[in-house]
Amino acid sequence: MNPKSLLNDVIGTIPPSGIRKFFDLASSMEGVISLGVGEPDFDTPWHIREEAIYAIEKGRTFYSANAGLPELRKEICRYLKRRFQLEYAWNSDILVTVGGSEAIDIAFRSLLNPGDEVIVLSPGYVAYEPCVRLAGGVPVIVELKEEDKFKLKKEQLKQALSPKTKAILMNFPGNPTGGIMTKEDFSEIVPLIQESGIAVVTDEIYAELTYSGKHCSIASFNEIKDQVILISGFSKAYSMTGWRLGYIAAHRDLIAAMNKVHQYAIMCAPTISQYAGIEAMAKGDGDVEMMKDSFERRRNFIVNGLNRMGLQCPMPQGAFYVFPSIKHTGMTSEEFCEKLLEKEKVAVVPGNAFGASGEGFVRISYAYSIDEIKGALKRIAHFLETC
Amino acid sequence: MQEIQLLKAIEQDARISVTDLADILNSTPQQVDGEMKKLAEEKVICGYHTVINWDKTNQDHVMALIEVNASPERDCGYDKVAEKIYRYPEVSNMYLISGRSEFIVIVKGRTMREVADFVGQKLAPIEGVKGTATYFVLKQYKVEGVIIDQQEDDQERLLVTP
Repeated sequence: MNPKSLLNDVIGTIPPSGIRKFFDLASSMEGVISLGVGEPDFDTPWHIREEAIYAIEKGRTFYSANAGLPELRKEICRYLKRRFQLEYAWNSDILVTVGGSEAIDIAFRSLLNPGDEVIVLSPGYVAYEPCVRLAGGVPVIVELKEEDKFKLKKEQLKQALSPKTKAILMNFPGNPTGGIMTKEDFSEIVPLIQESGIAVVTDEIYAELTYSGKHCSIASFNEIKDQVILISGFSKAYSMTGWRLGYIAAHRDLIAAMNKVHQYAIMCAPTISQYAGIEAMAKGDGDVEMMKDSFERRRNFIVNGLNRMGLQCPMPQGAFYVFPSIKHTGMTSEEFCEKLLEKEKVAVVPGNAFGASGEGFVRISYAYSIDEIKGALKRIAHFLETC
Repeated sequence: MQEIQLLKAIEQDARISVTDLADILNSTPQQVDGEMKKLAEEKVICGYHTVINWDKTNQDHVMALIEVNASPERDCGYDKVAEKIYRYPEVSNMYLISGRSEFIVIVKGRTMREVADFVGQKLAPIEGVKGTATYFVLKQYKVEGVIIDQQEDDQERLLVTP
């Protein structure tokens, strides 16, 4: 008997992550300098860790309410108001999740009927397309263009919309491009979204890492706020990736539905992490500023270095990635990354791991110390001279 | 140029090159150099020092924190008596503080004898100094934000993640 015959049809159509293959290759080598990670390099601030230790000492280790600890939900509301002027009711509009990843999954499981179309922006985070498909949806890809600074344009949205469109998934500031949307950029597309009545699933996990100017959430447009499912979390803002803590803010009817999936599939986010999350949101604004400042210095450092060696990339306005084009080398993204790894032992991620439209680009993370970045840049420069 | 970003960058690494700083600040080496000279002249930048754990060398080294009680003087408050203390090269740091004494003075020397002699023969007799209490440092845990003797953890971040 072939165990594979037990699997459903959808899972068979989903390819394994392109990053996995690369990870295996890099892990098998010695002395690799990696600029390949999608998480901050800071330790979680000590006062946050200490709060979790205290929670353990106190025995606060039981399930929480499905939607999350009331105090955490209140703190999330205060935070969203303080940082982004967004108003949500803690007892009906907030759901605490196991990272932003769970939030994406349960959003689509709650929204989609089989065959519903979801507009997915590409290049984009690796989980988006699979999550849509696993929920029975049909991804409709919109290719973000380098010349548009990887923003979503009104004409692109117009073309992608169809009577079957149920939702659009956005991620600004974006992984892997570092692209952002300003208030003016959103103003262009908001009328279309309102008219079409589709759901907007917006993954704003990198919101705090917006340089030069403040992050604008699409949820701040009141005319479409009821259509917006805002997903964010603690991983990137407070350097808490391993804590697996995220949240959704949305209209109460949508939260109630997603909470059903959440309560049966997950029960609740880890309680200890939730206590740490209260501390992070209540007292972590200074940590966020410190990390953002540091990322901004590294961003400038790496972009100036890359431009000097001929890997042209505009200054990304968010997240902690640069996404330069490598088309002039004549190599594909995968060739470039494999050769760079083999010859110079530097790991960066091929752009096509983030969708076909990422071909011709590579994602370089600058969540590393200046010294590490400097060492890697030297090797990349040598690679470009000799390849 | 962003002065604060420049200061934060060199506060973390005083040895960083001017060309690297220029990249970090989106500026030119000439501009960075000029800005650093200006900040030094204005005494915003007061020096570039190294954090050294002398315990790991074979050099004798002791450090003491000394609480100093002192009387203020008309017109200049504590500044004059402070100057009489901080002029000594044995004094590495000195602060006017609130609380039960007036100053905290950090004194460094090669041996306890040397520091004790300094306190007894130089510091205590200064006019205006009413009393001292000396606390010898037994172990350094953290200096200038650097944890001394921290175990280097293995890099736990995965090499490549989405």
